Amino acid sequence: MLRIVNLTKHFDDLIILEKFNLTVPSDGFTVLIGPSGCGKSTLFDLLTGVVPKDSGEIVWEQRRMNHLGRNAAYMQQKDLLLPWFSLLENALLPARISKTDMVKSEIKARKLFRRLGLAGFENYHPAKISGGMRQRCALVRTLMFDYELVLLDEPLSALDAITRRSLQALLLMLQSDFRKTILMITHDIEEALLLADELIVLTPAPMRIRKRFALTSPKPRRMNDPFLVELKERMLELLQEDAGLIIR
Amino acid sequence: MKYPAVYSTAAVLLFLFLWEAACRYYQVQDFILPVPSRILTVAITRAALLAPHAGVTALEVIIGILISLAVAVPLAVIMFAHPSVEKALAPFLVASQAVPVFAIAPLLVVWLGYGMASKVLMAAIIIFFPITVNLLQGFKNCDPEYRVLFQLMGADFRQSLRLLLWPWALPHFFAGLKVGVAVATIGAVIGEWVGAQQGLGYLMIQFNARLQTDLVFAAILWLSAMGMTLWFIVGWLEKKIVRWKFER
Repeated sequence: MLRIVNLTKHFDDLIILEKFNLTVPSDGFTVLIGPSGCGKSTLFDLLTGVVPKDSGEIVWEQRRMNHLGRNAAYMQQKDLLLPWFSLLENALLPARISKTDMVKSEIKARKLFRRLGLAGFENYHPAKISGGMRQRCALVRTLMFDYELVLLDEPLSALDAITRRSLQALLLMLQSDFRKTILMITHDIEEALLLADELIVLTPAPMRIRKRFALTSPKPRRMNDPFLVELKERMLELLQEDAGLIIR
Repeated sequence: MKYPAVYSTAAVLLFLFLWEAACRYYQVQDFILPVPSRILTVAITRAALLAPHAGVTALEVIIGILISLAVAVPLAVIMFAHPSVEKALAPFLVASQAVPVFAIAPLLVVWLGYGMASKVLMAAIIIFFPITVNLLQGFKNCDPEYRVLFQLMGADFRQSLRLLLWPWALPHFFAGLKVGVAVATIGAVIGEWVGAQQGLGYLMIQFNARLQTDLVFAAILWLSAMGMTLWFIVGWLEKKIVRWKFER
């Protein structure tokens, strides 16, 4: 379980987070959704240690830490594949840097390539494949970290609708087959509804939890489910209110 | 443009044709301005005289390039790793380019003698700046998101340098090297003008004193060929080493 307690971050006079609290259950798929600039990505930067926190606690599996560091894998919107390496070499980067057994790592990477539909493309360079395949390769690299917690910062937002749908299925597999605890940021309400076990709507900065929704219906879900349709409307209203688009 | 070589060849041929036609029409004497066909003939028929001296100049240039690389690459890395070093060395770097090589050539001859060393150093000084500045800029241009990715993977500076920064900066490095090799001959020739017993610069001074202008031009032709050959070699190496840049 990941617990964030009273996490605070200011950039000069700008308050991004003020005593922000969040609990992410193990093996769960928690999705954060909120207006642009509310501080979602800063939260991930604080969690990963890219930006230092002002105060507050980060507790992972009952261990307090300054940041999650090597306890969490992080996948961003950009695939961040290195163009001078093949897909396999890109996937093996975490192993190469941490100096783990390369033979075992390659066997694992090749298995993941097969699992994620990239078999046969191991020696291709990123420039030669589609955006969806690059993102799948980035997912393989994320899985190569072998960390239980996975942070996903809008990983599918740059993809077209069809590719996005196929990758959403892979993200569900990440949870079901690999037993990962997932915390994801998205702007796409439908994506959030299809994937989340718990959906958290955030306020504009300073970021707070506006509303939590537990989604218990089995996955994979369909957007024609009346419960999801109603929930989508409620979420849209919440987000439009925060954006000042609804005048009461 | 589908065939850029066709256009550049046509432009060169047109220039040479106009030069030849103008000289013949106005009956310009050879010691003032020889026709291109005469220069080409002399460059070929007097190859036995020109080639050994061209070899000396080429050696000076190549050693100058190697010395430049040996100093510029580590220096760019150190300046990138330690911005305080960059700040401290910036005035010296700029000064090395602000002072004309013509001004220091006599001093280098006084300090290092009439042999090869002063010419090698002249070439090295000219090449050093574009390589250092371009490489440093290449390191700085590295996308911060990739640097964060490496930070999250736990990469140390050496791993980041080897796997990310160096490949990232390679196109910049080659851009600097291309500029460097194209102007490297200037340094060597100026050194030879000031004081030498060998080299194409030395020959040019001798021919010029005897009004053998066609031989001066022939020496220039050999120098141009040398500079272009070096430029094409660097371009070829770039295509071999920075393959991903050309794969898009």
